[in-house]
Amino acid sequence: MMHFLLLFSRQGKLRLQKWFLPLPERERKKIVKDMTTMVLSRKPRTCNFLHWKDLKIVYKRYASLYFCCALENKDNELLALEILHRYVELLDKYFGSVCELDIIFNFEKAYFILDEFLMGGEIQETSKQSIAKSVEASDMLQETMEEYMSKPAF
Amino acid sequence: MTTGCHASKDTVMTPSVRLQEMIRVIRSARTQGEERGIIQKECADIRAQFRQGDNGERSHSLAKLLYVHMLGYPAHFGQMECVRLIASPRYSEKRIGYLGAMMLLDEKQDASLLITNSIKNDLSHSSQYVQSLALCTLACMGSAEMCRDLAPEIERLLRASNCYIKKKATLCAVHIIRKVPELAELFTPSARSLLSEKNHGVLHGAVVLITELCEHNPDTLDQFRKAVPELVQIMKGLVTSSYSPEHNVAGISDPFLQVRILRLLRILGHNNDTASDAMNDLLAQVATNTDSSKTAGSAVLYETVLTIMDINSESGLRVLAVNILGRFLLNNDRNIRYISMTSLQKIVQTDHNAVQRHRGTIVDCLKDQDTSVKRRALELSLALVSAVNIRSMMKELLIFLSTCPPELRSQTTSGIFNVAERYSPSKRWHIDTILHVLTTAGGDVRDETVPNLIQLITTASELHCYTVHKLYRALVKEISQQPLVQVACWCIGEYGDLLLKGECEEIEPVQVTEDDVLDALETVLQSHMSSPATRGFALTATMKLSTRITDNVDRIRSIVSIYGSCIDLELQQRAVEYNALFKKYDHMRAAVLERMPVMGKNSPGHTNGDTSGENKEPDPSKPKPVEAGLLSEPASQVCDLLDLLGGTDTPLQPNPAPTSTPTTTSSTDLLDLLGGLEPTPVLTETVYEKNGLRLKIQCDKQTETEVMVTLIGSNSAQNDITNFSLQAAVPKSVQLQMKAPSGNVIPAHGLGQVTQTVVLNNPNKVSLKIRIRVSYSNQGVMHQDTVQIDSFPSPACQPQSALCDTYTSSASP
Repeated sequence: MMHFLLLFSRQGKLRLQKWFLPLPERERKKIVKDMTTMVLSRKPRTCNFLHWKDLKIVYKRYASLYFCCALENKDNELLALEILHRYVELLDKYFGSVCELDIIFNFEKAYFILDEFLMGGEIQETSKQSIAKSVEASDMLQETMEEYMSKPAF
Repeated sequence: MTTGCHASKDTVMTPSVRLQEMIRVIRSARTQGEERGIIQKECADIRAQFRQGDNGERSHSLAKLLYVHMLGYPAHFGQMECVRLIASPRYSEKRIGYLGAMMLLDEKQDASLLITNSIKNDLSHSSQYVQSLALCTLACMGSAEMCRDLAPEIERLLRASNCYIKKKATLCAVHIIRKVPELAELFTPSARSLLSEKNHGVLHGAVVLITELCEHNPDTLDQFRKAVPELVQIMKGLVTSSYSPEHNVAGISDPFLQVRILRLLRILGHNNDTASDAMNDLLAQVATNTDSSKTAGSAVLYETVLTIMDINSESGLRVLAVNILGRFLLNNDRNIRYISMTSLQKIVQTDHNAVQRHRGTIVDCLKDQDTSVKRRALELSLALVSAVNIRSMMKELLIFLSTCPPELRSQTTSGIFNVAERYSPSKRWHIDTILHVLTTAGGDVRDETVPNLIQLITTASELHCYTVHKLYRALVKEISQQPLVQVACWCIGEYGDLLLKGECEEIEPVQVTEDDVLDALETVLQSHMSSPATRGFALTATMKLSTRITDNVDRIRSIVSIYGSCIDLELQQRAVEYNALFKKYDHMRAAVLERMPVMGKNSPGHTNGDTSGENKEPDPSKPKPVEAGLLSEPASQVCDLLDLLGGTDTPLQPNPAPTSTPTTTSSTDLLDLLGGLEPTPVLTETVYEKNGLRLKIQCDKQTETEVMVTLIGSNSAQNDITNFSLQAAVPKSVQLQMKAPSGNVIPAHGLGQVTQTVVLNNPNKVSLKIRIRVSYSNQGVMHQDTVQIDSFPSPACQPQSALCDTYTSSASP
């Protein structure tokens, strides 16, 4: 299973963090720091796999964003590259030519999309169209102001 | 800047605008301090919002808080708001509330329990998207308690719901099993039936669930082996299916599902012939037909190879798998080369010959730019060295060593030494290789290298001349690599005579004078680059040369005496002792400094360096006079020696019976002579000799008012002396204390002795005398004698006046 998925910029600013294991806040911060340091110091034209503690780290750079995830030993690294790529494709489809700013200003949507793709550190759905449809349908459910206020609070 | 063009934007109340406004403001902050100020203000606003009643703003506020949290600021005050929003009937609020729960709550927080009820309700919600939120959150942060609570619900959803919910419920079940393994039984029945689903999402989830169940319980694994044919069918369908746009990735149909099925097959086929047979054809088919030009195909092939190697596959299939890995090695994609080597590393022991075929490519990967690839190539190369290819492989490894990145150097040197030791074709090659490594990367070798190399050199006696010449030349060139310098010094000290002779068959002759050699050693001694241990080596080597050269002994004498006042304690002690060797013990010098015998190999894990705390670099050649007695004893004794000489104050331990005959029979006398390892000389005097019994007195310690002597009884007669006891009397003002004797039987033929320590306290500083009564039995006859000692064998105890008249008598305790 995937342990965590991080998105960060070339300056090390965190844009998204998904944790599939319970970890205290302090430790999460430390891991983020370790990951950004490790990945950002990689030279170009090196392979996308790293070892960190007992995990395999797979990262890929898309424009100004680094996508970085941690796998267990029995997981397939090459497939992880495909997973990261699939996520980028999903974001691209949703936002239309996605760029880092989209993810900054609409981070909650990036999470919603991710939550339709991965769950509990595993892949939930392998069809791009299926995911896109679900996200769209969920967005539709978001009420207009009148609908919103007409429903009771609790 | 795009703001998320979206078809449904018109119907949404655009809460994001306010969130986006805040984000814009935060990003415009020019300093960290400014950002903090903005955030403080925003958080205050958010808190105020939370406190107010329902005003349609709650979800924006929480969204803002989540953004602030991602920047690294504290957001715990939002936890309860998440709980409230989750319970709201409004979808927008639920959506952000659940997101907040996943980000801010984890199982350690108390608040997480409060959402259990909401989750439970939402699991049965009429809208599948609300159900989805609940399932997702449970799978993300559900604690064991929550899992136990909600497991029955999940199981129900597994069986009876639409595909959208089923696939999510399946992964939720996986999470539950990971948290509460006992609940696995609950999901086992439904898991199998899920395999007949057509929906890839559900199928994928089912495979993950079955994998999890099998990993948890070997009995379940047995059960699911029956599903192998079904899984094989599904795989076949994927591999041979026509193009399906929904699942196609670079020509592969649903590589994600394929990989998971292959992984499950691996678990089911492991150690089981029937299952392995059932999947044999399929694996061959996948291995041959999968297009690996893109990552997706390579990922599937990679998983296939792992599966083939881990089950009981036919040998033909295994060869196919290794060949795939070999092809991967030639792939342009660095990732694939890396993967290939990790896999080859796993099988290099079991399928050694198959991997050997790709040795050339692996060695080429040593030159790759990527350090991770280099590291893998190094490990594999070392594993592939054999007696047949050692020479060519070592060439490559040495080239690699000269250019490899610093973080790999010590791994490389260790690896080289290991394989050299196992496969070296000749001693000379072995020594040459080690010397080459020491010259190239001397700073990155393990501590044991120096004693190991010295030991190796001593065993190659025919190469002593060659070795010392080579090392001398290396030393003259440069002296920065400490291990090399240490070994060189040791050899020069040991085999200096061979060096000076000038000729050597295997190496070009060069005339080396005594001055040259001493110059080299002195350079080492004086250089700031030399570590203290290295200087120790150099000093000892210089000393040893005093018996191997003829003209410049005086120069050595002066070097040694200079270092007698060196600040370094270790060097000073050595110099002082060597000085003593020149002065008082010159007669012993040749014996002490003679050629070392061949050293036995240490047992693994036992290095000379371990025994002493002071010496970081062990010096097996430190020639204390005591060494003479132990020269021909095996290596384990040598290590005991180092133990003694490590600077501890432990008294001389009696050595176990030597396995080879000692060359010097006077060893015990030598030990006696030197007593404890104090630099000040200690003297013995015989005071009584009769009937084979010989009594000696040895002055151990003297101060102005206290003297400690040891009385030593030895027996050169044919029969043992028994009932041996001593009594002593001293002048009145002197206090006498006799310690317990070591025994009362003195074996015959000088095979043992009895000692007794006596302490005399002389506060008035009168002249010391002692009267001793000796009692013993010899061949059944009792003897008793008295002997008076007027002078002790030490200048400090010279008698100053005539005899005293009265003695106080004291019986031995």
